[in-house]
Amino acid sequence: MPTTFIQAINQALSEEMERDPLTFVMGEDVVLSAFGATKGLIDKFGPRRVRNTPIAEAGFVGAAVGAAMAGTRPICEVEFASFFYCAMDQVCNQAAKLRYMSGGQARMPITFRCVYGAMGGAAAQHSETVYAQFLSVPGIKLVVPSNPSDMKGLLKSAIRDDNPVIVFEHGALGGQREEIPAGDHLVPLGQAAVKRAGEHVTVVAIGAMVPRTLRVADKLAKEDVSVEVIDPRTLVPLDEAAILASVEKTNRAVVVDEGHWRGGAAADIAAIIGEKAFDFLDGPVRRVTTLDVPIPFSPPLEKAALANEAKIEAAIRAAVGR
Amino acid sequence: MDLGKDKMLEMYRMMTRIRLFEAQVRDLATANEIPGFVHVSIGEEASATGVCAALRATDRITSTHRGHGHLIAKGGRLDRMMAEIFGKRTGYCKGKGGSMHIVDFSLGILGANGIVGGGIPLATGSALAAVIAQRDEVTACFFGDGASNEGTFHESLNLAAVWKLPVIYVCENNGFGEFTPMRTVTSVTDIAVRAQAYGIPGVIIDGNDVLEVYRCASEAIARTRAGEGPTLIECKTYRWEGHVVGEQAFLGKASYRSETEVAEWRARCPLIRFEKFAAESGKINAAELKQIREETGAELEAAVKFARESPLPDPAEVTEDVYSG
Ligand SMILES: Cc1ncc(C[n+]2csc(CCOP(=O)(O)OP(=O)(O)O)c2C)c(N)n1
Ligand SMILES: [Mg+2]
Repeated sequence: MPTTFIQAINQALSEEMERDPLTFVMGEDVVLSAFGATKGLIDKFGPRRVRNTPIAEAGFVGAAVGAAMAGTRPICEVEFASFFYCAMDQVCNQAAKLRYMSGGQARMPITFRCVYGAMGGAAAQHSETVYAQFLSVPGIKLVVPSNPSDMKGLLKSAIRDDNPVIVFEHGALGGQREEIPAGDHLVPLGQAAVKRAGEHVTVVAIGAMVPRTLRVADKLAKEDVSVEVIDPRTLVPLDEAAILASVEKTNRAVVVDEGHWRGGAAADIAAIIGEKAFDFLDGPVRRVTTLDVPIPFSPPLEKAALANEAKIEAAIRAAVGR
Repeated sequence: MDLGKDKMLEMYRMMTRIRLFEAQVRDLATANEIPGFVHVSIGEEASATGVCAALRATDRITSTHRGHGHLIAKGGRLDRMMAEIFGKRTGYCKGKGGSMHIVDFSLGILGANGIVGGGIPLATGSALAAVIAQRDEVTACFFGDGASNEGTFHESLNLAAVWKLPVIYVCENNGFGEFTPMRTVTSVTDIAVRAQAYGIPGVIIDGNDVLEVYRCASEAIARTRAGEGPTLIECKTYRWEGHVVGEQAFLGKASYRSETEVAEWRARCPLIRFEKFAAESGKINAAELKQIREETGAELEAAVKFARESPLPDPAEVTEDVYSG
């Protein structure tokens, strides 16, 4: 049966909660579940394991971290990704560092879920792509699924992982539908997917940029431009080998991300390609990102700010000289 | 406190402007003429109005995601607000902010805010600025019951109490944060009791009675202006509409409050209540109130026309205003 992104999340949560009685869900409005991801969990698992929190991100994110240290497996929802800013100490100073600082004593099996990205007129404080803010904090794993099937498999792996993992769900992918493999569908963290094989250029696309890049690749295929689309799926750990192998084959690289141009995931991956695949490159590694501005509210401004299909196409054309 | 007739009519006009503006915004959002998230405060007009009526033009406010009412009450123009909500270049923020982020520094409106609890430290800092610059300015900080569970609330009250800052904290307790009933996530029934923990006065008032709000805010403002520090005022109120316009699309059949409860609160309409009071006072007649409603209707119509006819921003403006200078 075709499954949406949101249903995929719901299935993953339900299956993992069934599997491990020490998992539980907490966050704002998870009982009623406005976006639908946690809908019905209260009926299956009851109020001990499905908990509405006060609007108190620093407090409840930190409480989830403490609960993980004390032997449970929290799944903590932070509604919009920008609200992580309210809880940075607990994520970056506490969850990320305590295992290392305790010489490996602490186990931190905690999964954070949040909605990121521009979804049309939500303005700067509800549209940001914030995973780059965590890229330079060692100790946290970052997952950015681009389709329902990966969403489910990655979220299940994230929940079983013994480290803090943040799963970023793009707000505009919610309605996408596809068949999901039956059974205990797991996608390992750290394994990129070749979403489309091609010869002329490697495009590393992240999250919501994957379906957009695939549409551009379809279009360019009609002009015999063969685009290979790699979806890293997790930014930490990063499947460098898959990206580098593709670039060695195509000799050209474009990185597409909805984050910003400076200091973003695209900058990070472009630097890795530039450093490790330099000898294979026929041209500069190009980045297609959102402009370095807060996401504006008005639709024409929002459109101008964001990475989009026209910009992706232009960058690919520049890379292949077509 | 004997209120002059002009002040009373001014407050009625403000409440009417808020009510009609928000009903219009709700309808436009429902008709998809407005992008983004829209939160309206219909039913809660009295707290915004009563507090702002007690402030001076040189005083400041901070607001929330549900901020149209506060902004209007502090003097915000309906046309420029509407244009902003439409994402037009003539809007208060040139289309960069939208419904949740309207700001007019010239009126002392430091802004609505998309982050729950985000405005509370800003109000505290605004009051600190008055102390540093030795200016006689008070800041009123609006926030919800849900926001009073954020750390920013607690840290700010302590700071303002310790430094005796010229600020008043106005909690609009409408019983819910999104779809979660306050009582299920809040340790106390009355937010005002939290004032005790910070050694400042906490008062509970009927937030739908604009005159009571005005009286109570006036006292707290006089006190803080005199250097005696902040007060926490809890306005008991209720939002008649959903948390966000269009929430039924997410919620489906699920509901988080009873029809009866909503009906009970609708019966406590702040505007009708004022109209009754006006009639009983003998100072104001029904024709005067009707005239205010008609004038406001015309003002609003002009605002919508202005917003519709205004140009969208030019895409090139996207990189403007990131930094000053
Ligand atoms: C830091 C943060 N957390 C969560 C949200 C999502 N959110 C928006 S409004 C809201 C409820 C706020 O409740 P309250 O403070 O009582 O104000 P009300 O909506 O009732 O006016 C929530 C949880 C947010 N915008 N910011
Ligand atoms: Mg509330």
